[in-house]
Amino acid sequence: MKRQLIGIRKDRRLMSKLDYKVLVGLEIHVQLYTRTKMFCGCELAFGAEPNSRVCPVCLGMPGSLPVMNRQAVEFSMLAGLALNCQIAQFTKWDRKSYYYPDLPKNYQISQYDLPLALNGFLEIPMADGSLKKIRIRRAHLEEDAGKNLHTAGNFSQVDLNRAGTPLLEIVTEPDMEAAAEVRALAEELQRIVRYLGVSEADMQKGHMRFEPNVNLIITRNGQEFKTPIVEVKNLNSFRALENSINYEIERQLERFLETGETMEMGNKSTRGWDDAKEATVLQREKEEAHDYRYFPDPDLVPVRVSEQQLNEIKSRLCELPSKKRLRYIKEYGLSDYDAGVLTEMRATAEFFEAAVKAGGEPKRVCNIITKEYSREANERNCTIPELGVSPGKTAELSKMIVIGTVSATAATSIISIMFKSPEQEPEQIAHEHNLLQKSDAGELEGIIDEVLKNNQQAVDDFKAGGKKSGKARGFLLGQVMQKTKGTANPKVAGEILDRKLSQ
Amino acid sequence: MDLLSARQLRDKIKNREISSVSATKAIFECIAKVEPTIGAYISTFEGEAIQKAAEIDKRIAAGEKMGRLAGVPIAVKDNMCTTFGTTTCASKILANFHAPYNATVVEKLLAADAVIVGKTNLDEFAMGSSTENSGLKQTVNPWDTTRVPGGSSGGSTAAVAAGLCYAALGSDTGGSIRQPASLCGVVGLKPTYGRVSRYGLVAYGSSLDQIGPVTQTVEDCALMLNVIAGHDPADSTSVDEKTAPAGDYLAKLDEPIKGLRIGIAPHFNAGADEQVRKAIDEALKTYKNLGATLIEIDMPHFDYAIAAYYMVATAEASSNLARYDGVHYGYRTPNPNDYIEVYTKSRAEGFGKEVKRRIMLGTYALSSGYYDAYYLKALKVRNLIRGDFVKAFEKCDCIMMPVSPTTAFKIGEKTDDPLKMYLSDIYTIAVNLAGIPGISIPCGFDDKNLPIGLQILSPAFGEEKLLRVARMFETATDWHKKRPAINE
Repeated sequence: MKRQLIGIRKDRRLMSKLDYKVLVGLEIHVQLYTRTKMFCGCELAFGAEPNSRVCPVCLGMPGSLPVMNRQAVEFSMLAGLALNCQIAQFTKWDRKSYYYPDLPKNYQISQYDLPLALNGFLEIPMADGSLKKIRIRRAHLEEDAGKNLHTAGNFSQVDLNRAGTPLLEIVTEPDMEAAAEVRALAEELQRIVRYLGVSEADMQKGHMRFEPNVNLIITRNGQEFKTPIVEVKNLNSFRALENSINYEIERQLERFLETGETMEMGNKSTRGWDDAKEATVLQREKEEAHDYRYFPDPDLVPVRVSEQQLNEIKSRLCELPSKKRLRYIKEYGLSDYDAGVLTEMRATAEFFEAAVKAGGEPKRVCNIITKEYSREANERNCTIPELGVSPGKTAELSKMIVIGTVSATAATSIISIMFKSPEQEPEQIAHEHNLLQKSDAGELEGIIDEVLKNNQQAVDDFKAGGKKSGKARGFLLGQVMQKTKGTANPKVAGEILDRKLSQ
Repeated sequence: MDLLSARQLRDKIKNREISSVSATKAIFECIAKVEPTIGAYISTFEGEAIQKAAEIDKRIAAGEKMGRLAGVPIAVKDNMCTTFGTTTCASKILANFHAPYNATVVEKLLAADAVIVGKTNLDEFAMGSSTENSGLKQTVNPWDTTRVPGGSSGGSTAAVAAGLCYAALGSDTGGSIRQPASLCGVVGLKPTYGRVSRYGLVAYGSSLDQIGPVTQTVEDCALMLNVIAGHDPADSTSVDEKTAPAGDYLAKLDEPIKGLRIGIAPHFNAGADEQVRKAIDEALKTYKNLGATLIEIDMPHFDYAIAAYYMVATAEASSNLARYDGVHYGYRTPNPNDYIEVYTKSRAEGFGKEVKRRIMLGTYALSSGYYDAYYLKALKVRNLIRGDFVKAFEKCDCIMMPVSPTTAFKIGEKTDDPLKMYLSDIYTIAVNLAGIPGISIPCGFDDKNLPIGLQILSPAFGEEKLLRVARMFETATDWHKKRPAINE
């Protein structure tokens, strides 16, 4: 999809001739799915009355002290392991100082030089079905700030409900070369944190926020030029992430052509994404010489992770979506698309695997899940397991289709009955509603004789041969199916029909 | 007036020989008479205190099981949060601040049925050695009202010395309990870092701050420590019960330590005034007479303590005090032009000179490019000093030295020379850097009838033994019974 360019493109041909490479690194803030905040007992709540989920600690009241949320640390270790990172055996908390009204202590508790997780990688699925490795530089835990509201006329207001929410900040190396890759990484990360249950990763609620660093390496006349790095702040949708990077690529190309400006110390700039204008807008021209005066937080003790603890966390890891997807393709012969749909959510994948384990035929089970079940789950806004139909019954049904006990059409009817009464066995439903496939030659022969008798014209057309012959056969078989309400086994019926027509 | 000790009063109240109401009323009569001169309190709670005392008397009459401080009038330094009254830290920036919660130590005092009579003056945010840095009022020394009470817990020590309460809580970051206790002739204990919860103590230097008792006797000190010590889940730096359980500090208090080995470093003591030195030497003689042996120890890094302290404490302070910004609570400049001015003007107008000096010093020490040379180096020195103590304690059970190189100095004498003021903490500061406990007990007077304190130090979490060592001296001498003439 080609996006609209703003600004005047001076020389389209020149630009298209330019040889350039895109470099993107990404910072991702993931809100952890803990019950309480990072350093106090306040419950996490989205959309609660402003300043209703606060206490002396997250308000930064004099004399209050933080107490580390162990669950947040364990969640971060789990995520770090899933990102193939080394988990620090010793880590600590640091104060990052800056003044802003949404930051009650005027410092943020974060991790500076000893992050919880280091040097990992994440493999992202590429369009050609291969995997690309993106290096993860680090992942560390920190507390979120509150929110400034500017809706009260002359005054600004501060809502501190969000202050102290645990955030996992993940930083990648600049290993992505296209906006689509960045999006793939972000989506893969969303799947992973959801799989692990460490984050709801709900974009609408700001559970994942992205900050890509974008620049280009342009080759002209055999010489390489690097454009100044731009950091796009606070993106909270995959669409904005992808579009802002694409916009930046074109903007930076244009700017390079206009000014020839290249990367230097201190000319990194910060831009925001304007959703309405579909454009990035300048926020800070030069990277200000921010001095956060990091130092170890004396109120918190360092975190030591024992081998035993690490192993316990490791045991909570599960097969990750990208691995699962490849395995489904290889092991069950599923298409890349189907494997993708099945592995999108852990609940779906686990349901699929349980059904296969119960003896279900993988492809049929996959079809049932990705079509009827997904449609219903979408309508009910629930997960596949929440539909109430057990993996065992799903396996049963898939077997019935394979063996030919029911036709695919009849299976659809059975499924809609199962949605209403999930406790019923599919076979019982098929019996009760007369949906069993008729493969009994004797019974079918009578029906076929009747069809042949009532449709002499078609029989004649068939016997005349030529073009009309095939069409006539199809019509007659259709009549048989109609008379049996779709329960005739098409293969058996076809054979009988052919035998009778050739007599 | 001859005041009972807190423990004596508690027993008499429990036995219904004295009512808590009459004891509390007597304290407020004393406050009415003497407090205008002393200026120990920032706020008092006469009505509430008498009401609380009446409730306690009623419960005692009803035969209820009472707490360890049943009915005893106690004062709290005004840098500990209370839901009643204000918590000012003696700063204009918090002059009208009402805390939404009680500090853990305050909860513990209330649970022990103490009657909290008021909140005492201090150097603003506990930064100082004379209480002259209070942004709200001046406290004077009850032994000589032209002199300072020491600081920063000068309000608490002056109140105990002048009989304006039976015991008090102070906080000690670089000597702020021991030095004023010495200058006011009372007992002051800085417990081991982590022994007492800091939750609700308004932070100055978080890795150094520790709450402790200010009392008339060592026995009261043990009683108070029994009430306030122990792990607090709200303070991650408070020691857990497995590592170092809080003991019963009264249980064996009267058992002297046999074969006590006292560590001394004669060359430190040389830095103190002659009269102070003499008093310390006399005290050591008393211990020798009690069977103790003196062992010379070496503290090779002691001389760097003040420099290291003023890096660590100010660095932490610059960050701890960042929250006083006029945005969320506390003083806000009346007419800011923009939000930046809310910060700059509120802080410029709200903080006093010494607080600003330390914030600037700490901010500088933490700045990128200077961090390694100042803050990190100070942490290294701190480790060396800690090591010095560990090594010294291999040879001795406790270390003794002066608390302050001088007795109480004149009001205004050192205010123009911050460095001179800083140097008055020479004997106390290393103890905070090492995190070990230290106590100041009265051990004599100079020729101006100003009290002198003896400082006793012990290994970390060795309070039980430390108090017993101090008690040995108390039992053998009468210095702690001397009272200033202010009430006569």
